[in-house]
Amino acid sequence: MKKTLMALAATTLLAAPAMAEDVKLGIILGFTGPIESLTPDMAAGAELAIAEANASGNFMGGTNITSVRGDSTCIDSAAATATAERLVTADKVDGIMGADCSGVTTAILQNVAMANGVVMISPSATSPALSTLEDNDLFFRTAPSDARQGQVVADILIDRGIKTAAMSYVNNDYGKGLAESIIENFTAAGGTITISAGHEDGKADYGAEVGALAQAGGDILIVAGYLDQGGKGIIQASLDTGAFDMFFMPDGMIGDSLPEAIGPDLDGSIGSVPGTDSKGAAAFADMASAAGFAAGPFAAESYDAAALMLMAMQASGSKDSNVYKNSIMDVANAPGIKILPGELGKALEAIAAGKDVDYVGASAVELIGDGESAGSYAEIVVKGGKNTTARYR
Amino acid sequence: MTDILNALVIFANFVLVPGLAYGSQLALGALGVTMVYSVLRFSNFAHGELMSFGAMTAILTTWALQSQGIGLGPLPTALLALPVAIVVTIAVALIADRAVFKYYRKTRAESVIYLIVSLGVMFFLGGLIRFIIGPNDRVFTDGQRFIMKARSFKQMTGLNEGLAIKMSQGITVVTAFIMVAFVFWFLNKTRTGKSMRAYSDNEDLALLSGINPERVVMITWIITGALAAVAGTLYGLDKSYKPFTYLSILLPIFASAIVGGVGNPIGAIVGGFVIAFSELTVTFAYKKMLTYVLPETLAPEGLVQALSTEYKIALSFVILTIVLLIKPTGLFSGKTI
Repeated sequence: MKKTLMALAATTLLAAPAMAEDVKLGIILGFTGPIESLTPDMAAGAELAIAEANASGNFMGGTNITSVRGDSTCIDSAAATATAERLVTADKVDGIMGADCSGVTTAILQNVAMANGVVMISPSATSPALSTLEDNDLFFRTAPSDARQGQVVADILIDRGIKTAAMSYVNNDYGKGLAESIIENFTAAGGTITISAGHEDGKADYGAEVGALAQAGGDILIVAGYLDQGGKGIIQASLDTGAFDMFFMPDGMIGDSLPEAIGPDLDGSIGSVPGTDSKGAAAFADMASAAGFAAGPFAAESYDAAALMLMAMQASGSKDSNVYKNSIMDVANAPGIKILPGELGKALEAIAAGKDVDYVGASAVELIGDGESAGSYAEIVVKGGKNTTARYR
Repeated sequence: MTDILNALVIFANFVLVPGLAYGSQLALGALGVTMVYSVLRFSNFAHGELMSFGAMTAILTTWALQSQGIGLGPLPTALLALPVAIVVTIAVALIADRAVFKYYRKTRAESVIYLIVSLGVMFFLGGLIRFIIGPNDRVFTDGQRFIMKARSFKQMTGLNEGLAIKMSQGITVVTAFIMVAFVFWFLNKTRTGKSMRAYSDNEDLALLSGINPERVVMITWIITGALAAVAGTLYGLDKSYKPFTYLSILLPIFASAIVGGVGNPIGAIVGGFVIAFSELTVTFAYKKMLTYVLPETLAPEGLVQALSTEYKIALSFVILTIVLLIKPTGLFSGKTI
């Protein structure tokens, strides 16, 4: 026993110096909780970027990159903070790819990232509140703010001649922010929201919510929730009682599992999700299927978030958050060589050679304002049990 | 006249029918919780996961049956899978008792220790379930989805409003009724049931009259396991199966059991319906109904909603608090079992 312990201690000692050279990224996503069906693909997206940079051997003179996953739970700020704390203090990560949901992202940013000076790039936190939050320039997101999505939702509805809508939103930072933005834009465009009521996730029954929504009426029901959770419950119960037969589904509701679960009744419903028709998106989808995962919602944004972080480290020549945070906007935006997914090796080489890059990536990254995606959206129409893209906005 | 009918149909569609189905689901769950409480004297927090385990077994069996091409026509195949689910869930409950709870019974542990232990069992079962079937949503209904569709109801009656009754809702209410009737018959008419009631009333006296405690405990777990399997499967049939929701259904179930008077089977059932209907009636918007019933000049402009649906969850706890303040033993106090 003693010998084993000695051997263990020895190997740890031997391993430790080698590890110190590595750059370590933390991937904090809600592997359990309301969006747990999306997060495996998102994490795989980020890890794909890391694997690509490692394979190229061009990252900071051949430095190896490792990653460690942490669970944000999506809803439990205390648990997310604890996870981030562990990743930053025990695992000593050099940057955080995450978190996913707006509430936990804010909690991690304020309690852990700012306190320890660690860069965070979220692939999917879309609350408008995050745009104005004090962040010491440490926070970026490859997802657009919901202030923009509200505008897109209103445009889609008005273009389709829909004038009245009932709305149910998930009672958290994401749902409330998006609901406010939709109300503001839709009303300004001449539409009427008959009722805007919150719902809680993971409840046993949504009969009461649907009852109230149905009585208020409307041409369409906007469900600003999560597809694995209350959002699905609301849609199912509305269809079952015949309360609504057409739904608008913002980004949290777009995923393959929803049309699969609901079936043909969902056909004809519409939605919006961040997306582009750029070459990058297609290239990323190919890479994802080759790597054995699906380029689902926010997987592209996750890939881009990790890629941006690595390129910024390369450009600043440092893995210190307070140094490389200043390079993120440079590598993300013009001018420079356009970089698509699968070209990370080329990008790292170009940066090392002192050239400027303009990362396009899988989601046509263009960071504006305080470091958030400008936001192009795909207009989704459910056809034959599948989410299909009608056009891009 | 048609106006009144329309108003009634709205009420039936959005309050009565969903309330009956949800109430039955809660009642079955609360009955299981109450059985364990009255005989074994602890709050079994693992009950939600036990339900989940039953539902999972039913799903796996349903898939096996479907792959063999066996079905029930208009009824969901899950009904055929139910006996298998019941047997497996009973086995799980008995194993949990042998492996965990038996030790604490021997040491005569405090009920709060039991409660914490049942939390441990809950987490273990939850992990096991996610290990076997994963955390994702599973829809396993097949056969006919509706007994009555909203649209065909409108055509049939010529009314403006539709009434939808899902197959799963019908099955839920009928099955719940059969289960409850069976449990009551068992407790009141059979020798074993009577010995259970005796054991629950006074443990020492029951022991003196030669009742075998281990047997009583075993029977209790068998009934609880069967109830859990049925409740879990019916709930999954009605609302699709997702392991996570079986954690959150625990709160309304406990609220039902306590409102009705924990340890009292009738209380559990009434409590289930009280919680279900209070959630639905208080947060319902009566605008459309009143517009039908009242003369035009009096028609309401607002939604006529007592409480916004956000407060739905708080509602069961408000009721719980009121009941505990006024009648701490619940609505149906008195004897246990």
